[in-house]
Amino acid sequence: MSTPPTTDDSGFEFDESAVRRKRRLGKLFLGLCGTATLVGIVALVALLVDVVVEAWGWLTWEFLTYPPSQIVEHYDPSNYGDLPTGPGGLYPAIVGSIYLIVLTAIFTLFLGVGAAIYLEEYAPDNRLTRFIEANITNLAGVPSIVYGLLGLAVFVRALQTGASLIAGALTLTLLILPIVIVQSQESLRAVPDSMRQASYGTGATKWQTIRNVVLPEAVPGIMTGIILSLSRAIGETAPILMVGAATTMFTPPELTDPTGPFSAMPMQIFEWAKLPDGDFQHVAAAGIVVLLTVLLLMNAVAIYIRNAYDPRG
Amino acid sequence: MTANGEAPRTVSKSAADDQQSTATSVDDGSLGSSRVADPVIESRDLDVYYGDDQALDGIDMTIPERQVTALIGPSGCGKSTFLRSINRMNDLIDIARVDGELSFHGKNVYDEDVDPVALRRKIGMVFQKPNPFPKSIFDNVAYGLRVQDQDENVEQQVRTALERAALLEEVEDQLDSSGLDLSGGQQQRLCIARAIAPDPEVILMDEPASALDPVATSKIEDLVEELAEEYTVVIVTHNMQQAARISDKTAVFLTGGHLVEFDDTDKIFENPESDRVEDYITGKFG
Repeated sequence: MSTPPTTDDSGFEFDESAVRRKRRLGKLFLGLCGTATLVGIVALVALLVDVVVEAWGWLTWEFLTYPPSQIVEHYDPSNYGDLPTGPGGLYPAIVGSIYLIVLTAIFTLFLGVGAAIYLEEYAPDNRLTRFIEANITNLAGVPSIVYGLLGLAVFVRALQTGASLIAGALTLTLLILPIVIVQSQESLRAVPDSMRQASYGTGATKWQTIRNVVLPEAVPGIMTGIILSLSRAIGETAPILMVGAATTMFTPPELTDPTGPFSAMPMQIFEWAKLPDGDFQHVAAAGIVVLLTVLLLMNAVAIYIRNAYDPRG
Repeated sequence: MTANGEAPRTVSKSAADDQQSTATSVDDGSLGSSRVADPVIESRDLDVYYGDDQALDGIDMTIPERQVTALIGPSGCGKSTFLRSINRMNDLIDIARVDGELSFHGKNVYDEDVDPVALRRKIGMVFQKPNPFPKSIFDNVAYGLRVQDQDENVEQQVRTALERAALLEEVEDQLDSSGLDLSGGQQQRLCIARAIAPDPEVILMDEPASALDPVATSKIEDLVEELAEEYTVVIVTHNMQQAARISDKTAVFLTGGHLVEFDDTDKIFENPESDRVEDYITGKFG
């Protein structure tokens, strides 16, 4: 070894080997964690690249603006010129997904934030409250298909909404509600108690305190939670499949008539992916790219809101 | 005087009630000797419990108008609890329970027909750690005015409050910037401005200078003395010199939530009745 002697004139003894051993252990751990990160990222990038390559050349403006077709050639841009019925696309499902998410967002906002405010600010800290809170957390882990069955039984059958936009939106609301409630509660809990005290101390009522002090502080966290939940909901297939969303719709749903039938992007993509003709895989890939783009845009909005509305700037 | 609660008491509702029923016949000897000013707040045999723990034991005190009353004592002696029971901030703690009487202008604030929100509009509060809202300086001071619907001429009222809190000069051209950008001492004066803006009668201060440096502390102390010209000030402090400097009356709380002595500040610091108070003040314990 070329290491200098461990004892110098002052008699200070420096046990290098022990330190070096610990340092090696640290490096090993760093390597493990780095590998774990890398595996995740590589897999994700590979998936994205694969889908984009598949979709390349099939993802056109027409794909976004025309209704679907049963014939695969209709999706091929090189055939667009000589099609009497126009090209095939994803348009009704895009509109369906957006309406679905808008309705889900409205329901979730009121139900989720309302429940969180009640549980965090109003509910007494007793067994019942704790029982409810524990079960909300449990509900967040229930598989989405179970919510689909619930939606089918409650909305489609019992409330006779039929296989409609509103049934889909309500079912997705149920699906993400537990997560939204828990996240909103956490955001409310993160508001320092000194803020509430300051407000009460100036003679504010409970509602004034919540409205003027607690909510503004909690809004970035709440909105982030809602948008991230919604971007989970927009990709969900199982629940809307159960409530009977159409696999293929040739006209977009009307927001003014939420009891009408609808399709959504994951349904249409699922339908294309099932079809035997190999070229439909390209069409499905194009659909996936559209879905992912919408999803990433929503996440970007969530990040923007979190930064822009942070009152501490 | 009131150091009579030494014996361990059973913390039961009935025991507390018994005490209360006899309280009316107890003499007023424990009150301050000189009663130059009208009493604003009167405490009669006040007990406060947190769950099974008794935080205050039979407090009798009369707080005079437009003077500074200091509450001193070691940590955990109940002085903050007493302060918070005046404007019913203890209501916010689920397990807190109050027995006895605490009256504001002769009305027991724990009567059923008293709305704590209305009470707090008469009795403002400043907290230990400066706690401005993450809003602009202007909105911080205007907060009380707005929640109390005193929103006529808000601008003028905000400026007056900042002026009284000796902060206007320093922040005049940055009223729209965040209150959190101010220094600790400025933040605390901002909180004082926020408390006095809606013009309460009483200002409660819970160790308002304990988180501040000496310069900021002395500014707060000057301010407290000035405020006492218009408001009744009750201030909790750990700092005995501070109590001696700024207060007219001093109440000494010692362990177990007992009020051991309450008198003119000069008397307490020069010639206290109780040996324990003397020991505490001369730094033998606490």
